[in-house]
Amino acid sequence: MSAETGQFAAGPPSPAAGEAPGAAVSIRGLGHSYGKLEAIERLDLELPAHGVLGLVGPSGCGKSTLLELIAGLQQPSTGEIEVGGVGDPAERLAGCAFMPQRDMLLPWLAAIDNAALALRNRGVRRGAARAEAGRLFKRFGLAGFERARPAELSGGMRQRVAFLRTLVAGKPVLALDEPFASLDAITRAEMQAWLAAALAADPRTVVLVSHDVEEALYLSDRVAVLSARPARVVGQLSAPVPRAYDRDAAVTDPAFVAVRERAMHALRDGAVGCAG
Amino acid sequence: MSRWALPALVLATLIGLWQVAASSGVLASVLNLEAFLVPSPAEIASALWENRSLLAENAWVTMQEILLGFLCGLVAGLSFAVGLRLSETLRRAFYPLMVASQAIPILVIAPILVVWFGFGIGPKLAVVALLCFFPIAVNTADGLRSVDPEASKMMRTLDASRWQVMKRVEAPTALPFVFSGARIAAAFAPIGAVFGEWVGADSGLGHLILQDNAQLETARLFAAAAVLAAIALGLFGLLALAERRIVTWR
Repeated sequence: MSAETGQFAAGPPSPAAGEAPGAAVSIRGLGHSYGKLEAIERLDLELPAHGVLGLVGPSGCGKSTLLELIAGLQQPSTGEIEVGGVGDPAERLAGCAFMPQRDMLLPWLAAIDNAALALRNRGVRRGAARAEAGRLFKRFGLAGFERARPAELSGGMRQRVAFLRTLVAGKPVLALDEPFASLDAITRAEMQAWLAAALAADPRTVVLVSHDVEEALYLSDRVAVLSARPARVVGQLSAPVPRAYDRDAAVTDPAFVAVRERAMHALRDGAVGCAG
Repeated sequence: MSRWALPALVLATLIGLWQVAASSGVLASVLNLEAFLVPSPAEIASALWENRSLLAENAWVTMQEILLGFLCGLVAGLSFAVGLRLSETLRRAFYPLMVASQAIPILVIAPILVVWFGFGIGPKLAVVALLCFFPIAVNTADGLRSVDPEASKMMRTLDASRWQVMKRVEAPTALPFVFSGARIAAAFAPIGAVFGEWVGADSGLGHLILQDNAQLETARLFAAAAVLAAIALGLFGLLALAERRIVTWR
């Protein structure tokens, strides 16, 4: 892992990276319901530019809904969401890149064309788009797989391509919805280390949804624990700093373990409090 | 052994049996017919050779009707399906009618098409195109709707316009459905062309078959039918080839 980490650090800043430090996510008094079903209730969250916010909560608590609301894919029933200071859903959509739970790579496109989708959508010619995405392939350990179809890639590789596709979009805010949920434990640990290194090399404002407290704490600066539906914030925890680059060292650090236990506790309380 | 060996063996056996039964007169006596009404495969083959320029002339006419009619049906079916995908109102208004209309035997309106469009290629094209339109339109519409909504969301956050989502995600997703619709259409197209010719034509394989039937030219009738089958198989083969070249991710 540390070898890969070293590989990223030297790279030039990626094209159109989150250039605006000042871009942040701010959520005030957010409520959302589907008909009579209340999914989210009076939720407040703040995220500074280039910060990484983890969202954990019991399954079905509305984490993914919250992410789609932030990304401007849905409009909340009540309350305000601002991304980079703007609240209009179309502008939120323009400021956020969304990585869905399943990788959603298009099977008819080569890996590099999948990664370059955002550029192609903006009218960049195929050659230029490939060149730009290709630079990131080299920086992020995917060199040699540019022309592979998604079906030829392993699960971990596919997630990397999906993440690069999100990164290439060049948006200030990345919304990641349980990016590694479908991977086996070993690949998931590898991918967490890979993502931590990628974000260290190319910092962005990130909202990361996870059902795995350890993953959220390892990747985030701060973790918000959500209750069962309707989702409220029942606890906010800061990840211990400084954090070891090596993932195994980081997650077994006593300070890390202590915070993880507090998060688990909050999670349990939130789940029980609402079910009762 | 290639996957074609067994079907070829079955076909050869059937033709061989037919040859024996027809040339020995067994088939004619079982059917209680004059022997010349029951041609053997060898007689059909020689009729095919002797009438090759007549058959080729008429095959050319029918082939044009089939291919042009198929293309018209394809273009109309694809455009219609895309229209239904882009407008929910259009879809709600037309989709049920489109599915229901597949139950209507369109061939029965061929006579009125001749009244409307005359004896030229027009009514044949209309019948073929109508027959091809519905399976292609319905299958394509279903294919476009089978897109994963998550993929559309992903594309929207990657700044895709509605048209780009159609082009980059929905159209490729629908392609295998388009091809299965096109295969059904390709099976209908020769039927439509021949039926169009039966209603009123002065050339074409269907016209020739009617003539041969009236003149008891049974060997040439079978030869014309064999040419028609070859055209239909050719269209099928072209579609299979195109699908294999285009849909490479399955």
